[in-house]
Amino acid sequence: MSETVFYILSGFIIVFSVLTVTSRKILRAAVYLLFVLLGTCGFYFALEFNFLAAVQLTVYAGGIVVIIIFSIMLTSDLQDKLEAVQFRKIFFSLLAVLIGAAVCITTILNHSFPQVTDKVLDSSMRTIGLRLLSYNEGGFVLPFEVISILLLAAIVGSIIIAKKADSK
Amino acid sequence: MESGVGIQHFMILSTLMFFIGVYGFLTRKNLITILLSVELILNSVNINFVAFNKFLYPENLGGHFFAMFVIAVAATEVSVAIAIIISLYRKLKMIDVENVNEMKY
Repeated sequence: MSETVFYILSGFIIVFSVLTVTSRKILRAAVYLLFVLLGTCGFYFALEFNFLAAVQLTVYAGGIVVIIIFSIMLTSDLQDKLEAVQFRKIFFSLLAVLIGAAVCITTILNHSFPQVTDKVLDSSMRTIGLRLLSYNEGGFVLPFEVISILLLAAIVGSIIIAKKADSK
Repeated sequence: MESGVGIQHFMILSTLMFFIGVYGFLTRKNLITILLSVELILNSVNINFVAFNKFLYPENLGGHFFAMFVIAVAATEVSVAIAIIISLYRKLKMIDVENVNEMKY
């Protein structure tokens, strides 16, 4: 992927991330999050992970954002603005965040990553399917099954939690 | 890689995104906006996984699969969190974190 594409996409992502956490209209924050997820999907396409990009589009942008927007409509008045954050809170949060980011970025810049050039990435649909259901080395069948049980438990749990308490 | 974009570019981008999410997590009061910040954090971790897979271990797809599993965990987390938020809203008629200190049923 070329540098131009990288900088355009990362600028897009950073701008919309900042808008997501600072916007005072809650529905707009959700839509900005959708743009962040679409930018990430662009990265996956550029890095040749086509299947992952499709999953990102359908599950994240199609499913999660829609469910968040529904719950916003159920619980908030869309005309309302969120109350402004106190200056003290902004100051200390910003301090913590900047220190953390500075530590991480200096670590990343000082570490030399090994260059791998002789191997090629194979992310075709066939390889993904074989790896996902293989129990040999490099196979992922155990986490796949664990995730399926987790999804089932989450579905049942959220129905139980969100249903109206019965009136005895 | 034929061009100058390396793994460090991706890691710095995901660090920035992660800490923007942390900032939102610390400053927001509404539960749904806190959930949006958590989504930002999970998404930045996914970028990191994918970049590691692409640049350091291209011969196996570990980072790819873990990004997929993180997406699935994020979906379950959002569904349970929104169920909790909706049932809280039925009880309290508002969803600010200061008022949610009485979660006992």
